[in-house]
Amino acid sequence: MNATVTTPQDVERSMGFRPARGAAFTAFFALLLRDLRVLQKGFVLFAIRTIMQPLLLVFVFTYVFPKIGQGVGGSAAAEADFSTLLMAGVIATSEIFQGVQAVALPLVQEFGYTREIEDRVMAPLPVWGVAAEKIGAGAVQALIAGLVVFPLALFIPATPVHLHVHWLFLLTIAPLGAILSAAFGLTMGTRIKPQQVPLLFAIVVLPITFLGAVYYPWAALEPIRWLQILVLINPLVYMSEGFRLSLTTGVPHMSVWAIYTALIGFTVALTWVGIDGFRRRVLS
Amino acid sequence: MTTASTPPRELADIPASPGVGARCAPGEVITTTGLSKTFPGGIHAVVDLDLSVNAGEIFGLLGPNGAGKTTTVGMLSTRVVPTAGSACVGGVDVVAHAALAKQAIGVVAQSNTLDRSLTVWENLYYHCRYFGVGAREARARADELLEQFRLADRAKASVYALSGGMAQRLMVARSIAHRPHILFLDEPTAGLDPQSRLALWDILHELHGEGLTVLLTTHYMEEADKLCDRVAIMDHGRVLALDTPAGLKASVDADTIVSVSAEGDPEALAARLAAMPDAVRAEVVDKIATVFFRGTGGIVPRAVAEAEAGGFHVTDIAVSEPTLETVFISLTGKDLRE
Repeated sequence: MNATVTTPQDVERSMGFRPARGAAFTAFFALLLRDLRVLQKGFVLFAIRTIMQPLLLVFVFTYVFPKIGQGVGGSAAAEADFSTLLMAGVIATSEIFQGVQAVALPLVQEFGYTREIEDRVMAPLPVWGVAAEKIGAGAVQALIAGLVVFPLALFIPATPVHLHVHWLFLLTIAPLGAILSAAFGLTMGTRIKPQQVPLLFAIVVLPITFLGAVYYPWAALEPIRWLQILVLINPLVYMSEGFRLSLTTGVPHMSVWAIYTALIGFTVALTWVGIDGFRRRVLS
Repeated sequence: MTTASTPPRELADIPASPGVGARCAPGEVITTTGLSKTFPGGIHAVVDLDLSVNAGEIFGLLGPNGAGKTTTVGMLSTRVVPTAGSACVGGVDVVAHAALAKQAIGVVAQSNTLDRSLTVWENLYYHCRYFGVGAREARARADELLEQFRLADRAKASVYALSGGMAQRLMVARSIAHRPHILFLDEPTAGLDPQSRLALWDILHELHGEGLTVLLTTHYMEEADKLCDRVAIMDHGRVLALDTPAGLKASVDADTIVSVSAEGDPEALAARLAAMPDAVRAEVVDKIATVFFRGTGGIVPRAVAEAEAGGFHVTDIAVSEPTLETVFISLTGKDLRE
């Protein structure tokens, strides 16, 4: 036993270890690199998976309906407003859908029969770092999904979409929403049994997307007060409102501070719950 | 298999240093003190384990399923958190500084944990990258390891396309790709065909020759005997004996073991045979009277005659030298099979 107090740094230096912090950062980015490689390999499938739902949504609601005289809103001006407000909702939906899926679905395999995760967590970084990387990689995919959907929502509608981009909001809301979505996926993927994860799409993701202020601004729910209050537990509401804030003028949205407070709050809470769930799953 | 051009780092090459965590001494390879794991529900998987593995040795944990071998490897490789005691690996306290300890170790888990989303080559390449190896060096190492482990023709294949033996070779290749000091293998040959098992033994011998410290778990006594410099026999979470395979076998204090199957009460038969000259003792294992003799000559006819004289009709008889299985039987009264 040694009388001198020793630190990890002492051992790092003398034992030929790389400094723990540097090694952890390197491992984090290498894991990210691996995830991007896997995304690249399956990009066509990823793109199809990402595009299909918003494509059909935008096509039916903003192209078919107006063309057959059943446009949402009743008048040409109202139809144009709808196309505009739907755009924000569609991007938010794509982000959350792909963010959750990108993290939760691979975890089914990694925690499941193959226990592949046991290898990933042997990389020289803390277990929470491996979990954080999953959020990082999921957020990248969520952001790409948002980007892929952007032109669809812009060019498909029969009535013109009136965009007013507030860059400061867009460049903060989009990444924040992406991280939130991936953290949500990590929470789901670690707190639910692997074999039940496919169920989560029916039980969690669908209600969230249908009741996420995607097709209407949150303020428009005023006549159904109970629902308006109930949906406040849905993080997608704040993402949709946030994209509305970032991309439109004249369409009602929540106050800026409410959107940011809720988005940051949900992101922090889901990240914590997700990482804790990951640690519990990995360590025994 | 050819020798790797760049052998793993040896602990002996590295200057002695104070270990991390108050309980870790300089340059310790693997040391555990009172290491214990009780799982929720009160299952005592490992109880008060004190181990010390020397640099460069192949150390075996031999025991039946449920003996606590996998939990021990799990604790030493940071994936299982001990409930008591401490463990130092590569001079680092694995609980307090898990991320640092992971730099020193390679792990071959019991199940196939290969990355199913990557090709064979990519499994090695990205593993190297996780451990801070640069892109160019990682590419070179992946190529080199595929050659060394006779997987070069499968470089671009999906890992789904590998046979059990090939997958196991790739797992071993991956576990040493970042040049760890210490390699953990959990039941490395379970489920492999005899040919793949021999191939893996060759690989481990070669890694041993390069100075790597290896800790492996097995429930095959032959594997422990042939591969290991020292073996700890485990059962119910405790180490029952620890020595070289030769030392363990010598501890049986017998030269010949005769197993006699006969009609009638095996306990009575064992008692009768134990009274023979040169017999050291006898036990009943799986309803077979197992007798330990000193000396080797003429024992079988004498044992048969003795049994028949006692009215036992002998149906089968088997003779062997002491094996690690014999040691296990004499320690626990049961055999190693699941």
